Amino acid sequence: MNTLRLLPVIVVSGAALLAGCSSLKWPPEPWVKPYERERLADPVMNVQRDTLAARHSSHVREVREGARGAVVVQGGGCGCN
Amino acid sequence: MAATSRALGILKRLLGLAGSLLGGLFTAGGAKAVDLPANRAEAMYHAYDGGGVQANGPALLVRKSLADKVSLSAQYYVDMVSNASIDVITTASPYKEKRTAYDLGLDYVVRDALIKVSTSSSKEPDYSVGGYAVDVSQEVFGGMTTVSMGYSRANDKVSKKNSPEFSDRVRHWQYRAGVSQILTPRWLMNLNFEAISDDGFLGSPYRVARVFGATVPERNPRTRTSRSVKLGAIGDIGERQAVHGEYRYYWDTWEIKAHTLEGGYSRYFGDDWLADGFVRFYSQDKALFYSDNATSETLYLSRNRQLGTYNTAGFGAKLTYTYKRVPGQYEVKLHGAYEYIRYTYKDFTDVRSNSLYGFNASVLQLYVSATF
Repeated sequence: MNTLRLLPVIVVSGAALLAGCSSLKWPPEPWVKPYERERLADPVMNVQRDTLAARHSSHVREVREGARGAVVVQGGGCGCN
Repeated sequence: MAATSRALGILKRLLGLAGSLLGGLFTAGGAKAVDLPANRAEAMYHAYDGGGVQANGPALLVRKSLADKVSLSAQYYVDMVSNASIDVITTASPYKEKRTAYDLGLDYVVRDALIKVSTSSSKEPDYSVGGYAVDVSQEVFGGMTTVSMGYSRANDKVSKKNSPEFSDRVRHWQYRAGVSQILTPRWLMNLNFEAISDDGFLGSPYRVARVFGATVPERNPRTRTSRSVKLGAIGDIGERQAVHGEYRYYWDTWEIKAHTLEGGYSRYFGDDWLADGFVRFYSQDKALFYSDNATSETLYLSRNRQLGTYNTAGFGAKLTYTYKRVPGQYEVKLHGAYEYIRYTYKDFTDVRSNSLYGFNASVLQLYVSATF
């Protein structure tokens, strides 16, 4: 019930987030052009940039904590290739 | 010598042929707008030391694209475990064992989508795991949004040392989805969700629970379903510095609820050095059937402290040095990382001292990586 009540808030917030503050047009257009994504492609912008190190850290936590999952979505990217 | 170079020549021709075949096979995929993961190799020594447990060993990774159509990856990972944890020394004898894991993966690009299929296996004397995963990520909205989803299946075989009559299994299903959104030329946001279901023997055949101070074998439910949601953001704050933060909420059908909060900072020093630092906090509520020392007999009962009420606090640092850089050809980097973690249990008693248990752990990673 609570989730249903919150649904309009979530939808509107999500739409606002996706639309960005700088764009009030509908439907919104991509406002960060490919040539503006150089900083996003820098290794410093990827916390899990080294596969084995990320895997080891994740394993150390998984075997000692009750929680698991949503650590990383495999194959996910930042769209900044 | 001549035989070696002949063998290398044959290997090169075979790889070239495989590349051409795969290339021809996947040509129908059309023009690609997403890049395959870069060719890469990593070699690591990892070590964990905490709570009477030492686990260390090597790990290797090789990733190579063939004909610019597919990228193949292989991983090898070893854990040499020496276990004298509080559970072991209060109910059994310390032991040593080795766990070896292999992973193979194939990445393929179709226009704005990246498809990855992988298989994994892990073996230790009394536990083996085999599984596979399929993941797809698709760039939309002019490449500003990446939508991902994935599915994994795994089957475990559980046995017990010196007890050939004991044999059981576990089946796992994992469903995940995520969105990565570029907010500005400097900020990126991620939202991930994962649901995991397990069915089978979900405990340890060695662990015991306590009822009125007496030890009995633990009794866990044979099914468990969990969900977790993670929201994170990372931003470039100028002067070649970045900050990130993330929060994860977890809940499952065993009534465990957990919060994870992490924040970090990264910056370059000159052209060759990169430093990262982070702090991480984790806390969870106990499972419905967890008890330090039960005062009634129940259908399910566990004294696995991983299912108890506890929190951890940790901080870590990593230093990366670019050892050799030949633009457009290859790059070799050296890395060293250290993490300190404090585990504080709220309802798990150290039966030796009759006080609440806690311990410190250190995690070390030394590795070399190369992109080519």
